[in-house]
Amino acid sequence: MIGADLATLLAILGMAAATFAVRASGYLVLRRIQPGPFLRAFLSHLPGTLFVAFAAPAVAKAGLAGLGGAVVTLVVMATTRSTTWSLLAGVGAFWAVRSLAF
Amino acid sequence: MTVIATREGFWRGMRACVPLIIGLLPFGLVVGVVAQSKGLSMFETALMSAIVFAGTAQILALETWQEAAPVLPATVAALAVNLRFALMGPSLAPWFDAMRGWRRWLSVAAVVDHAWALSLAEMRNGRHDAMFYLGAAFGLWAPWMVSTVIGHAMGSVVALPPGHPLFFAAPACLIALLVPVWRGAGIDILPWAVAAATSLLVTPMLPIPALAVVIGAVSGSLVGAWRDTAGGRA
Repeated sequence: MIGADLATLLAILGMAAATFAVRASGYLVLRRIQPGPFLRAFLSHLPGTLFVAFAAPAVAKAGLAGLGGAVVTLVVMATTRSTTWSLLAGVGAFWAVRSLAF
Repeated sequence: MTVIATREGFWRGMRACVPLIIGLLPFGLVVGVVAQSKGLSMFETALMSAIVFAGTAQILALETWQEAAPVLPATVAALAVNLRFALMGPSLAPWFDAMRGWRRWLSVAAVVDHAWALSLAEMRNGRHDAMFYLGAAFGLWAPWMVSTVIGHAMGSVVALPPGHPLFFAAPACLIALLVPVWRGAGIDILPWAVAAATSLLVTPMLPIPALAVVIGAVSGSLVGAWRDTAGGRA
């Protein structure tokens, strides 16, 4: 289980390098130059649009079960603010709809 | 404002993380289980958690992982998902400046949402101990490592077949995160709709799912930023 293949290692190192570059640039660069209003607005939209862009095809591929799972995840998260409960409920709903559908 | 750096600050930062561990565990377990299902060894999984240390990027990259590890798409996805870390740098800079040598760069390497939020709260309370940041980051890093390794071990024991309903937990992690990110319909509906539509449109055309996510997110954010600054809402 200790094995590691080259492509996987390179992908992990690439992710780590990109992430460190972003972290360091905030400390070294962003304190000196003020990002303009457009860039600030762009960055403020990025977390939400990333999650949506990721979730949309995943949910669409899973059809009705995906939709049910996504809605329950959102509703439980909004009411409890607990990631644990929202994940459990979302996966449960996904599982339930899928077993009913087949 | 004088910034100090003490051992006491480190411990206080670590203790401040304890209540957050419960919320972090499910993400770590999901990362571990998904990594195992995508064929990563336990060493590779632990290495990723140790040096990338960014849950959202890890989930997104692993979900879109393919047979041959996607070096460039994973790197681009990590860059896009973690751009927000750059915004945290300026507010932490006075603390990082107060640290010397490896402590400073280790803190920079560990910029992460919850440690940043805890440190801002600490600053607002008038306490300026730079080691608080390192303590908080370590207090999150250690359970992150432990939970992803446990998730990987669980994945090997249970050996879920591909497509098992439990794997819906991975997209559900990011779907759940939409709730705290939501700023209201007037702000979010347009960019989110553009992001979803673009991503759905380009996904079948692209061999690499992670790039479709980045293209969708960038389109949505561009439209949102354009509306916020130049157009719309006059």
